[in-house]
Amino acid sequence: MQAVFKIRRFNPEKDKKPYWAEYTLEVDAKDRVLDILNQIKWELDGSLAFRRSCAHGICGSDAMLINGKNRLACKVLMMDLGGNTVTVEPIRGLAVEKDLIVDMRPFFESYEAVMPFFINDDPAPAREHLQSPEDRDIYDASTKCILCACCTTSCPIFWVNGSYLGPAAIVQAHRFIFDSRDKGGAARLAMLNQNTGVWRCRSAYNCTEACPRDIPITDVIGQVKRAILYSNT
Amino acid sequence: MQVHKYDVIVVGAGGSGLMSALYAKKNALGSVAVISKLYPTRSHTGAAQGGVGAALGNVDEDHWEWHMFDTIKGGDYLTDQDAAEIFAKDVIEAVLELEHMGLPFSRLPNGKIAQRRFGGHTREFGKAPVHRACYAADRTGHMILQTLYQQSIKQGVTFYNEYVVLDLILEDDIEGKVCKGVVAYELASGEMHTFHAKSVVLASGGNGRMFKVTSNAHALTGDLTSIAYRRGIPLEDMEFYQFHPTGLYKLGVLLTEGVRGEGGILRNSSGERFMERYAPTIKDLAPRDIVSRSMYFEIREGRGCGPNKDYIHLDVTHIDPKILEERLPDIMDFSRTYLRVEPTKEPVPIQPTAHYTMGGIPTTLDGEVIYGTTNDTKVRGLFAAGEVACVSLHGANRLGTNSLGDLIVFGRRAGVTAAKYANKTELEPLPLDADQRALDLVNRTKNASGKESVAKIRLEMQQTMQDNASVFRTEETLSSQVEILRGLIERYKNIGITDRGERFNTELLEAIELGFLLDNAEALVHSALNRRESRGAHAREDYTERNDTQFLKHTMCYQLEPGKTEIRWKDVVLGKYEPKPRTY
Repeated sequence: MQAVFKIRRFNPEKDKKPYWAEYTLEVDAKDRVLDILNQIKWELDGSLAFRRSCAHGICGSDAMLINGKNRLACKVLMMDLGGNTVTVEPIRGLAVEKDLIVDMRPFFESYEAVMPFFINDDPAPAREHLQSPEDRDIYDASTKCILCACCTTSCPIFWVNGSYLGPAAIVQAHRFIFDSRDKGGAARLAMLNQNTGVWRCRSAYNCTEACPRDIPITDVIGQVKRAILYSNT
Repeated sequence: MQVHKYDVIVVGAGGSGLMSALYAKKNALGSVAVISKLYPTRSHTGAAQGGVGAALGNVDEDHWEWHMFDTIKGGDYLTDQDAAEIFAKDVIEAVLELEHMGLPFSRLPNGKIAQRRFGGHTREFGKAPVHRACYAADRTGHMILQTLYQQSIKQGVTFYNEYVVLDLILEDDIEGKVCKGVVAYELASGEMHTFHAKSVVLASGGNGRMFKVTSNAHALTGDLTSIAYRRGIPLEDMEFYQFHPTGLYKLGVLLTEGVRGEGGILRNSSGERFMERYAPTIKDLAPRDIVSRSMYFEIREGRGCGPNKDYIHLDVTHIDPKILEERLPDIMDFSRTYLRVEPTKEPVPIQPTAHYTMGGIPTTLDGEVIYGTTNDTKVRGLFAAGEVACVSLHGANRLGTNSLGDLIVFGRRAGVTAAKYANKTELEPLPLDADQRALDLVNRTKNASGKESVAKIRLEMQQTMQDNASVFRTEETLSSQVEILRGLIERYKNIGITDRGERFNTELLEAIELGFLLDNAEALVHSALNRRESRGAHAREDYTERNDTQFLKHTMCYQLEPGKTEIRWKDVVLGKYEPKPRTY
């Protein structure tokens, strides 16, 4: 089938402002959007810039706005898009560095702010800490996060207030707060109780809809909100 | 040029790089930094699925000696037995250490780390499959990568993200060879940086992108193997390249061996469980080289599935869907997303996919890189671990799960050794033109205005490597591939690129990476041509038997000039397990 790709391009080295570039090419219905971007880069315009690595939805490099929705380019097939014309833009709320590549540093700074590491100063046991399958299951979904930023950059609060830590950072905090082995929960809850934390969330569900890992993010944020309320009473 | 000074520089931020960095940080008196071509969490360790093997004995009785034996037999006796012994002992404690770092392993009802069966891992020296693979659903590698990155943040490790290493600062002196740092290109700005260091640890992963159908990320272009090779360091055992049996048909996306560990079965077009014929004792859980070859035999005999009879079925329809969703959720998702196949109802089309290089930069047991054929020829200040290195734990064929174990055990050892070396060493003066080669490479490539297309040369390399140097090889296919590669190397000199910019010039990067891949392919093919026997993943149809009299030794491939190599040999460290015929 023939497809028309309209790609939002911008190279601050030479362009005054962003523009739409259009590419027409033969594609297969089962091609990933990433395959088609590669085809454009390899056959039509080598200067097109985007991040990619694993190409099967695990590394989190290729989040972009595809037909108006945040998606991983390697997890959307042409046949999913229901049409021959496809628009591709950089994810929103982070500065564009070149074409589909945005500055990820603010995203990772928010991630680091929630203390995204195991905290337990007790002497380690001789073998593993024990954890029941039920306790392990409580935070299972949030361990799936690949830090692709699909959620955070789909959040309307994040777009207008960049100081909001955003859904991805909260998911990462959740992964530890609800881990029965971790002892840093109180510090993380205090951090997320600040005005950059969970109370910014207005449950728009954009994050849940955008997550390529099917993490119920809005629910996860809700669990953190409740944990803060209960820990204060 | 910008110059940075560190005690220890680690190249690569996957499992081995992060483990090295954490242990270097713990042991070094001075500073430690990690340079990565990607953001660390994008590293391909994150794509590993099924588990990390360690004889914890949480489900079945198990012993490190059994794991050691399985590793050696799995490696078709080319494994260095001292490496296998250290590995099988240390990986137990290393897995527990990961748990202590918070890694969310799946759990047994009694709260202990869950373990599953995996190919080639057996009890009592081959009697039956054993539950040895410690897993976190089917995202064990993802959890290892996340956990080690989390710890790196906690420990304040310095990262240079999206910096591409283009050269090693390596000098010959009266005592041999010494490494004084690396030169890296900052992708965001196009600037060149010189990292002046006492110790450099290479942990940059594999080179699977030299093949057409691969489980490897686009980033896995063998950069550091190529750079070392160009700089006079030999590459060890490059002919041993692993094809994982269960890649998604045509795409190569990995479906973990854990699927078969949980009871999945391989079937041919008539629905027969054909592995019963090839490996009567452990059937579908035979090591990967054997299963991939068996699949090719079936396809060649006309028993492949589909209209073109060119794939095999992976059948899980008999397994409880609840178990599949709980233990293999990503696998279900990959099959549904990419093939539109519902695995609970119909078998999944699969084919072998280029997966892992057993070979690489030769090291001692402590990760010290060597440039000769004996361990006393160390390159001072240079270390390597993980897939880029060859220690040699995996010999002629790696067992499933042993790559993750390798990263944590030998990543740690390399990090400790690099730190200790730095602690007793002064920073040696840099040569005046330390970054000249890297600058020349970038300038030459960026201004390339020839007629050849990088994408076309790459595709031809990938297709011909697949046809001539993958699961089966002969003198004829390999000789022809030697010539094909020489031709491609010539054409590569005449490439053209269009992007002359400084910012995120990924066209430039891909062109440079193709040069690296061509070196990797050359070392593989020349080594394979020279090894006139079949052993592990190296299957010669013209020399079908293993030949211990002539070839129980490691290949050391030196590049004399592009297209021309010299092969030397290194002794295998033998031990208590005598080479025997390898049946399962």
